[in-house]
Amino acid sequence: MSLITETWHKLSSAKHFYPMAGVLLPWLLIPALLMLAWASWQGLVVAPSDYQQGDSYRIIYVHVPSAWLSMMAYMVMAINGAVYLIWKIKLADIVAAAAAPIGASFTFLALATGSLWGKPMWGAWWVWDARLTSELVLLFLYLGTIALRAAIDDRQQAGRAAGLLGLIGVINVPIIHFSVEWWETLHQPATVSKFAAPSMHPSMLVPLLVMAAGFTLYFFAVLLIKIRAGILEQERHSRWLATLYADGEASGARLTPAQPPAKQNNEEARDE
Amino acid sequence: MSEFFAMGGYAVYVWSAWGLTVIVMTLNLILPLRQFRKLRREQEK
Repeated sequence: MSLITETWHKLSSAKHFYPMAGVLLPWLLIPALLMLAWASWQGLVVAPSDYQQGDSYRIIYVHVPSAWLSMMAYMVMAINGAVYLIWKIKLADIVAAAAAPIGASFTFLALATGSLWGKPMWGAWWVWDARLTSELVLLFLYLGTIALRAAIDDRQQAGRAAGLLGLIGVINVPIIHFSVEWWETLHQPATVSKFAAPSMHPSMLVPLLVMAAGFTLYFFAVLLIKIRAGILEQERHSRWLATLYADGEASGARLTPAQPPAKQNNEEARDE
Repeated sequence: MSEFFAMGGYAVYVWSAWGLTVIVMTLNLILPLRQFRKLRREQEK
């Protein structure tokens, strides 16, 4: 087996992914917390006030990363849903199911913090503007996939239905992104762009970028925990899990279970 | 210090937005962790 197929096989197998995710988790979570703490301090205390918006602009540090993550989590959900639809890889379905509630929570945050920013700056909590409306549609798409999973008892069918809805909803993501350019909107265009020179002073911009990176790492850390919980739920009767937790080595507060002894590993390999 | 909390008159909006974010982000971590630990305990039985 070539290295690529072997890596793919291991990544797509719950048995291999479960311990890997446990090892990876602190390496995401600890930097995430450090970045969030540093960027919060910079964004709330160190960065200067905006010459137009005063201190209200400090909402940007929670609003923009939430909005970015709402779209990224959606892509993670939709891609894994598609992988499940095409290749029937169970782990992809677990990932899609895990990403949906986190993504929905970031979408809610983007909408709520945007509303709290809109009131003092636009004079309205809400306007039916293209950006806000498409972000609200994103929330409904998340809630739709979550509701579908809850409504369908058969796990396979639930995964397929949720995957299909998620895939159809992908069309909304570029609409959110380009809405401020395609339509006349009240929402300001992107402050941070890959192609243009940033319109923000570095003392304001750097904390925003660090915050966004912290949000991203935090998202993947939470995703790993939820995937591990999803694997435990779906594979609870499998032998590899029984072996993993048989001797009580993994008890206590540890996030990472100990590896089973090599001999038992061989036995499991024959099971497959 | 009180100037910091006043946020130039936007205290209600800024602190509500940040507070909400902290609550949602914390729940995002704690609820899955609790569920994971519960499932792992069942596995260890």
